[in-house]
Amino acid sequence: MIAVENLIKDYGSHRAIDDVSFSMEKGEILGFLGPNGAGKTTMMRILTCCMPATSGRATVAGYDCFDEPLEVRRRIGYLPERVPLYDDMRVSDYLEFVAGMKGMTASSVPDSVRQVAENCGLSDVYGRRIGAISRGYRQRVGLAQALVNDPEILILDEPTVGLDPGQIKEIRALIKDLSGRHTIILSTHILPEVSLLCSKVVIINQGKLVAMDTPENLGAQVGGSSRLLLHIGGPPEQVETALGQVSGVTSVQRDGTSQVDECRFFVDFDQGQNPRKDLQALIAENNWELMEMRSISASLEDVFIKLVTRED
Amino acid sequence: MNIRSIGLIYRREMGTYFSSYIAYVVIAMFLLVTGYFFYNLLASFSVISFQAQSNPMLERQYNLLNINETVVRPLFGNISIVMLLMTPLLTMRLIAEERKSGTLELLRSYPVSDIDILLAKYFACLTVFLAMIIPTIVYPVLLVILGEPEIMPMVTGYLGLLLLGATFISIGLFTSSLTENQIIAAAVSFGLLFCFWLLSYSIAFVSADLGKFIGYIALNEHLESLAKGVLDSEDIIYYLGLIALFIFLSLRSMESRQW
Repeated sequence: MIAVENLIKDYGSHRAIDDVSFSMEKGEILGFLGPNGAGKTTMMRILTCCMPATSGRATVAGYDCFDEPLEVRRRIGYLPERVPLYDDMRVSDYLEFVAGMKGMTASSVPDSVRQVAENCGLSDVYGRRIGAISRGYRQRVGLAQALVNDPEILILDEPTVGLDPGQIKEIRALIKDLSGRHTIILSTHILPEVSLLCSKVVIINQGKLVAMDTPENLGAQVGGSSRLLLHIGGPPEQVETALGQVSGVTSVQRDGTSQVDECRFFVDFDQGQNPRKDLQALIAENNWELMEMRSISASLEDVFIKLVTRED
Repeated sequence: MNIRSIGLIYRREMGTYFSSYIAYVVIAMFLLVTGYFFYNLLASFSVISFQAQSNPMLERQYNLLNINETVVRPLFGNISIVMLLMTPLLTMRLIAEERKSGTLELLRSYPVSDIDILLAKYFACLTVFLAMIIPTIVYPVLLVILGEPEIMPMVTGYLGLLLLGATFISIGLFTSSLTENQIIAAAVSFGLLFCFWLLSYSIAFVSADLGKFIGYIALNEHLESLAKGVLDSEDIIYYLGLIALFIFLSLRSMESRQW
């Protein structure tokens, strides 16, 4: 649905995007992750044909962004980061304007505008001037204008930035709801958002693509092995040695704050192995007390920090 | 070119002109100043007319008692100067404002070509300009009621004002497309308009051929002949050509400003 090949974008001498390639299929939600200034917005501007790339190719729905911008624009809905809207227009007039601009037939405009306003929770402010509504509503108007003609592809630049937690939840639910029928690219620097919404993550840093995978695989990829936290009541030294002998376990670390008869251990084991059962059996055998056992997988946050800082 | 998109953007632009009161304020100030000019021209004409009753020599001087020469022609000159000061205030926001607020980026993510955006904005501004210039028809109508001016120079004079205004707007559109700062857009268009205007002052100091050329490219020289009642296709082609040139330059500026 969207394919980017060897894309480079220079602003003067500054290289904003450096040889990035990725592609995505219909119905996917792709999360664009990166620190501020990584090139997320630049990438979105290129995909929406707002500006041409210096070199490389970007195709959206089979149309080249540079050669056939109008065909691309017909198929996308775009929500820019700053949510630029015409403050002097009413919400209803604005959405009707956008629907017309996107080439909807005059007869289908009123119904689809009313429908999208309802879906985006805009019924309360439908007749108000855009300049007079709150940040949260503005964001929703921005989302509504992107959605009004039910485009195949949605490009959302930081759709939840500047909203309160309740609004963030609502907008995320709305986006989640759109997945499947639409192909969505969203950029964000909020990590949980990506794990919640996206089926695929692209991490970029300083214009370079540093990782691309599903959120789960990314965690595994960086974690390398998996780790368990065990809190066991028993003589620490004895427990530590015993744990190390369980098959599949690669290392055991004792938590510094151990007491005489109980301790917390971090147990690393090879990916694909599952030593939980053996560990339980071992504990039961020795009549120790199992107080806590949980797995600690590398969170997206760890992945992100690891990938982004690895460069420096 | 998509007529529907042009119509939609045109309507939106008109909404902004009138909901932000820009149009009302600029039109009101324009009418105030031109009305004051008209009053003074008429007052001095009536003073001269009274003096001519006691001093027949005056009648033979400088066509002083020809109402076309002493009122109508200077009136068009004055109106065109006020236009020169007012149109940059109408045009400065056309592209610059949307570029600054970011709405231009969103507008251009819709399936609409740059030329449609430019034409819609151009015609919206031209409509406000018409709303500004049409009430001034009261002045010549008063002259027709009170005196016996020739009609033709007034008709061609208005055609001249219309073409001149349309040219001013195309220059303003171009300067607005260069920047995201409205003050800069206005300052540059004032500069360009004044340069085009003042060129005719140089005619006296240069060689005859160059003088002829400068006379041809100076904005006001063409208005002069139209205000005299001379309808020459050369003048009309000059203005239309200039309008097309600056709309084309605006288009290039929009495209190149994509970085």
